[in-house]
Formats: sequence, C-alpha cells, structure tokens
Amino acid sequence: MAESATLNNGRRGSSAPLLRRLKGLAGTLTSLLVTMIGLLFVTFIIGRVMPIDPVLAVVGERASPEYYQQVYEQMGLDQPILIQFIYFLGDVVQGNFGISTLTARPVSEDIARVFPATLELASIATLIGVFLGVPAGVLAAVHQGRWPDHVVRIFGLFGYSMPIFWIGLVGLLIFYGKLGWVGGPGRLDIFYVDVVPSVTGMILIDSLLAGDMTIFQNALHHIVLPASILGYYLMAYISRMTRSFMLEELSKEYVVTARVKGLSETAVIWRHALGNVLIPLITVIALSYANLLEGSVLTEIIFAWPGLGQYITNALLSADMNAVLGGTVVVGLIFVGLNMFSDLLYKVVDPRAR
Amino acid sequence: MGLMHKLKACALAGALMAPIAFSAPQAKAETPPNILVIATQIDDITSLDPQESFEFSGSDIANNVYQSLVSFDPSDLSKGYVPDIAESWEVSNDGKTFTFKIRPGLKFHSGNPVTAKDVEYSLRRAIGMAKTPSFILTQFGFTPENINETLKATDDSTFVLTTDKKYATSFVLNCLTATIAYISDSQVVKSHEADGDWGNGWLKTHSAGSGAYKLVNWKPNESYTLEANPDFWRGVPAMKRVIVRNIQESSTQRLLLEKGDVDIARNLSPEDIEGVSGNSDVAVDDDLRGRIMYFSMSQKNPELAKPKVREALKYLADYKGMANSFLKGQYTVHQAFLPLTYLGELKDNPYSLNVEKAKALLAEAGVKDLELEIIVRTEQERIEIAQSLQNTFAQAGIKVSITQGTGKQILGQYRSRKFDIYVGAWGPDYPDPHTNADTFASNPDNSDEAGLTGKLAWRVAWDIPEMTKATKAAVQEGDRDKRAQMYIDIQKEHQRTSPFAIMFQKIEQTGRRSNVKNFVTGSAITAAYYWTVAK
Repeated sequence: MAESATLNNGRRGSSAPLLRRLKGLAGTLTSLLVTMIGLLFVTFIIGRVMPIDPVLAVVGERASPEYYQQVYEQMGLDQPILIQFIYFLGDVVQGNFGISTLTARPVSEDIARVFPATLELASIATLIGVFLGVPAGVLAAVHQGRWPDHVVRIFGLFGYSMPIFWIGLVGLLIFYGKLGWVGGPGRLDIFYVDVVPSVTGMILIDSLLAGDMTIFQNALHHIVLPASILGYYLMAYISRMTRSFMLEELSKEYVVTARVKGLSETAVIWRHALGNVLIPLITVIALSYANLLEGSVLTEIIFAWPGLGQYITNALLSADMNAVLGGTVVVGLIFVGLNMFSDLLYKVVDPRAR
Repeated sequence: MGLMHKLKACALAGALMAPIAFSAPQAKAETPPNILVIATQIDDITSLDPQESFEFSGSDIANNVYQSLVSFDPSDLSKGYVPDIAESWEVSNDGKTFTFKIRPGLKFHSGNPVTAKDVEYSLRRAIGMAKTPSFILTQFGFTPENINETLKATDDSTFVLTTDKKYATSFVLNCLTATIAYISDSQVVKSHEADGDWGNGWLKTHSAGSGAYKLVNWKPNESYTLEANPDFWRGVPAMKRVIVRNIQESSTQRLLLEKGDVDIARNLSPEDIEGVSGNSDVAVDDDLRGRIMYFSMSQKNPELAKPKVREALKYLADYKGMANSFLKGQYTVHQAFLPLTYLGELKDNPYSLNVEKAKALLAEAGVKDLELEIIVRTEQERIEIAQSLQNTFAQAGIKVSITQGTGKQILGQYRSRKFDIYVGAWGPDYPDPHTNADTFASNPDNSDEAGLTGKLAWRVAWDIPEMTKATKAAVQEGDRDKRAQMYIDIQKEHQRTSPFAIMFQKIEQTGRRSNVKNFVTGSAITAAYYWTVAK
C-alpha cells in the first residue's frame, strides 16, 4: 500500500520535484544575493562613516588642498552616498574592487594572491582538527568521567585557553629553533619561493602539479606547525562538541536497543551514535572552517604567513577601503558558501532532509 | 582492559604528534655566500615610484635600484653629497642656475643609456605628478607651468636647473639626493604612460632605474627581491641577490636570525636585542636615525611664555633616566633640533634633571601652583615620556594632567594651537638642515590667521622675527662650512630660548650574522645600502 502510493506520487508529479528544486534554488540564490548586498552595504557605510579619511590615505598629509580635492572627486566622494554605493556595486559585479591604495594593485589580484595561502593553511588545520577532534570527543563520551575523558578535557582546555600568539612562538622556538623538525616562518624556504609556477596559489598542490617533491616537502615542512597549532585549537573545540553530542546520543533508547540486539560496541558507537551526531557536527566544523578561512591574524603574523587575515587587517588600519570591501565580499562568500555546502551535506547524511 | 586504555591513550598522543613527526628533520643551511636575506617590516610600502614613494621601506628599495644626480658615500656619510649620475656641476654667479655634466657610459637596467633627457624627464615628472614628497623640489619655485624652462636638458650630457631665488648650493644639492629626485629610465616609463599619469600606474609596482640592483618582484606585505646589476658603475655588488622578507614580529625575526635563515634582522625589540647579545654568531649595530623626540610649550599660555618658566621646564625632564630605562637602546639623549650626522649638527646637551634649579627659576619668574595639560598620542613610548614628565614636573610643584588621543585628535589640537604642552616626534623630510630649521626655527607670521600649520614654531605661537631671518639667511649661504656654522649658532640660541625641549634622537639597532659586513642603514640622512654588503 505504502509502496504504491509512493509510485503514484512519483508518476503524477513528474515535473513537480524539478519545479520544487528550481524554486528551492531560486530561493537560495535570492537569499544569497540579499545577504551579499546587505553585507556590502553595511561594510560600505561603515567605511564611509569611519573617522579615517580615505583621501588622506591616498594623497598623504602634506598634499595641497587642490590635489586633495582632485583625488576626492576622482574617488567619487563628492557624490551622494547611495550613488557611490550603486557605482561600487556595479564594479563589484564585474569583479572589479578597484585598486588597493596599500599595494598599488587591483584588489582582486591581491586577494587571488593572499587567499590561497589562507585556504591551504585553514584546510589542513581543519583536517587535523577533525581527524583528531572527533575520535577524541567520542572517546571522551564513551569513557565519560573516567581518565580518557579527563585527559581529553585537560588537553582540550589547555589548547583552548592558551593565547595562540604564545603557543605559536613557543612552538616555533621548540620545533623550529631548538629541534629543527619543521621549517621556519613563511610558506617556503626563501630559496624555493617562485620556483614552481603558481596555478592554484596553494604551494602544496602547485608543487605536486609540477611534480616537484622537494618543494612539496619543504612546503609541508613550513605548513605543519601553524596548521597543527590551528588544528589543535580546532580539535579542542570539536572534541568538546563531539563529546556533548555523543553523550546525548548514547543516552537514547535506540542505543540501548542496539546493544540489547547484541550489536558490537564498535558498531553502536561508531556507526549508529556517531552517524546521528554527524549532522550537528557538520555545522560546527563548517563554521570553524569558515572562521579559519577568514584568516587568523595572529598566527599569520607569527608565522609570516601572507594570508587574508593580515591583508584585511592591514587594509583596515590604513583606511584602504577598496581592499577592506573586497576582503569582506570574500569572507561573506565563504560563510554563505559553506552554509550552503553544509546544507547539502545534511541531505547526504540525513535522508529526512532530502 | 587497563592495557587497552593505555594503548588507546598512546595512540591518541601519537596521532597528535603525527603532523610534526611526519615532516622529517631538515639539514640546516646558512644563507648562500652571495645572497643577502633580510627580515624587516615592509608593510609601509605603498608605491615603488621614486617620484611618489615617501616611506622608509620604499626609500630602501629606491636607494638601491635608482641613482640620482648627487648622492652619498656610504663609507662616509658625513662627507655629505658626492657626485653620482652627475660627474660635475657648476653654479652660476647669481646662485640660481646649476649646470650638471652627466657621467658618460651609464646604463639603465633596460640597457638604455642614462642621459640628461632622463634627468629632465624624471624631475619634471616629480613636479608634474605633484605627489606628497614633491614639496622637496617645489620649494625651489618649480611649477608644472615653468618646468619646460627651469628643468632642461640642453644636450644628452648637460642638464640645467634654474631656481626662482638664490639658495645655498648645499641646500639644492642635498634636496637632489632625496628619493623624489631619483632618475628613472624615461623611454621605459614613457612607454607605460596612460591617461597622462606619467607612467605612475606602472612604476608604482615596477622599476626603471640604473642603480646597483634591479627589482625582480615585490609582493606586498610578503617580500621583495632584487638582483645585482652587472653594469653598476661603482662596481658589481658582492651580493648577487637580495631578498627582503616582511617579518612583523620581533621574536620571529630573532628566531630566523639565530637559526641563520636570515642575515639581517632590522626590527628587534630591546628585549630581543638583549636576548641575542650572548650569541657569538650574531652582532648588533647601532645607527642614529633622523627622528627627534621633544616636548613643546605653547606661548599662548601666559605662564609658559615666561622665558624662565621655559628654562625651568627644560631642567625638569629626566633625560638620562628615560634613555636608560624604557627608551633603552632605542633613543639617545640629544637636545638640538638638527639630528646628529646632519650638516650643522650640534652635540651640546646642556640640560639634565635639576629640580632645585628649576624651582629657583620658577620662583624668579614668580610662578606658583602651575597647572598644565600634556597632550600626547596614544603610543607607548610617548605616553611613557609624558608620564615621566608628569612625575618630574610634580617634584617642582607643577601639577600635570595627561590627555591621550589618536594622532588625528592630538595633531588637530596642536595645529590649531590649543594646548599647553605637546609631547611628540619629528622626522626630517630630506637630508638638509633646512628641513628641521624651517619648522623649528622659522615663523614668518605668528597670527592665527596665517595658519602656518606646517611650522612647529607657529604651532607653539613663538614669535621670532630675528631667528626667522637667521634661518632664511642660512638657507641662502653658498659656502657649506659657513652655512654649517650658521646652523650651529641658530641651534645654540634655540636650545637656550625656545619653547621646544628637544630630548632624544632615534637609534636603530640592527641584528646581523657575524659574517655579514658593511650593511649601512643610512643614518639620519639616507636609506639602507645593500650593495656595500659582503659576507
């Protein structure tokens, strides 16, 4: 009976799911567009009302009033703010964020240069965080109140409460300075810079594409410490979240049923309980990843990692509004994009969401 | 079961260490003998165009990539200007026309010959583009309208420059050593001109010079790389390649230096300088830079306008105490408005903390229960100076309140002459004594309406017709030695009577590997030299 109903449904509305999907897509795109325009507008307004003079950033303190006025008009600052925003939107749609006053280059070019550095670091850090954090969290939940739980908690708490600035420096001092196990600050040893052609901007991938294992190893050498430190932070957070999700899950009746049915403890924990925890966990991981992709300024400074965080911070401090707005668009896209991606993943892991 | 737990714990610990263990140890190498690697902060660079660049790091690049008509001898900066692209020059009898003979056989990195036409183009470009540092040249009366007559190549090897008035020869030539007057390859730059921008859009991120190095690349906030110019007329540099890395953090710079991954670290904090002092592989060099730290007293405050009160306050600063504590290694006591190493430098430091003398002077002036406000930018060392002054002033019964603010707020107050005491810094704009004399010792019109905000003497409302005349005379004195003496005299008078208590001059401390020799940071007058370095 149930089966035939489904079949009927399927036959009757063969165009309905497509329409629904299209509607869904249109809805998603509209909300994306509204979010992005809203984000741009707020950033734009903040940029305009900030007590930093963008003209002064271009002309310097000693410029003559005439030159100041000339640049003021060139930058379109004499126009009403709404008109300025519309011009700006028009440029953004064409991928033109203007020239950065700080680097004298197109902002889009700058972002294409700094973002891969952040992407590479954040991705590896997230991998480390997830692959260590999830099992640690599960372990802690299973052994709640016993010593593995304490170990994971103390280890996590340590990671969570130490300033990253300090851990970064101590890490460098020990693993680079004293032991020489890892490369120093920067993405590569200086003599390997620019050896392989930049395709993706991510050196690990570019070196593999070029088949240059020496560069790959060197890049790995350099990324391993900052990525481990960021990954450690992430691990601390993910393991705590996993633990609490798991505890809740393990107390549910189906777990008892599964155990009664004689399923092995491994299957109960890792397949059934963890399987159900994955959904909230994906949101946690996606948001943490997005946070890292924004760039972690302090880590970037300590490790001389030329990433997005440093770029946006520098731009902000020097009133380089084009760069700030460009950076904001990228960060906004990352958040919106990762949100969509985690929605998509829900559908994969949770049949109810399909 | 206990064993299982332990195994699991070990596995977990192992997994945590895996990423680090995964990357195998690496053989440690010093930098190659013909490559110089420098760790410094280069995030101030906003343009590489010499006719626009006005930042420290940008000047370092320009100083090695470009040449100018006259420049300095890095082995003896105190000699002052020496011939560079100009082999020789003559000054007309009226002191207004300078005729330069261009050194033959010089080549730009492009292979084009360096001619008087390039000089003409570059200097006209400076005036035409009118970027921030152009005032260094426009003060000689050059305007976009008159450059065709005042800056002129009469043939390929002769360049003629005509000023609007008579100025000291040394003043004109000192200004020609500044980055704004560096000579670029006119053929190359012209080929990149767009919308009448004098090629600025292109030259901001490229180079077209004839100096010791050519620019390979500049990655903002990351690094820049220079390659030796085999045709450099002073000889091929020993360092074939110079790589300058942007390392923000002092501790990171120190680690790189001690590991031997960089040859030079330029922004080590006093703590890190002390930290490397025990390392025999590392040496530290001190060099004086141009920045002056001072406090000034508004002459609009009737109490501060009394000469004895001004003098008293100069005896109420703990110069040595500050230099030996929180400013240690970063500043040295210096009490004249020209930085040491400038033409006309004055080395006398007549003032020291003397509370009794200050009290006596205040009593002589009939001042009691004085209350003052110090305004200061929110910046660590300036605030500490203000606090030290607050403390020492209190010892003579002067009550001081400190007002902190952003640069914009505090400078706004200073420029609108609404303050009692300002604590701040001044850096010279070009390597001639006039740069500081003009601001500290010249005030042609003391009225509020005059609005001479560029002059510190006006900001403090100090009316000095005589000293203004003396400063003007010094900038027109043709004889270099006589001119130097004039500045010494002005400074002595200034030291005694002015409402400026000049306290300190900046020291730059550079950490280097012991095998690195002859790195010249440029003192107060110019930028760093890479081509002098040997290992």
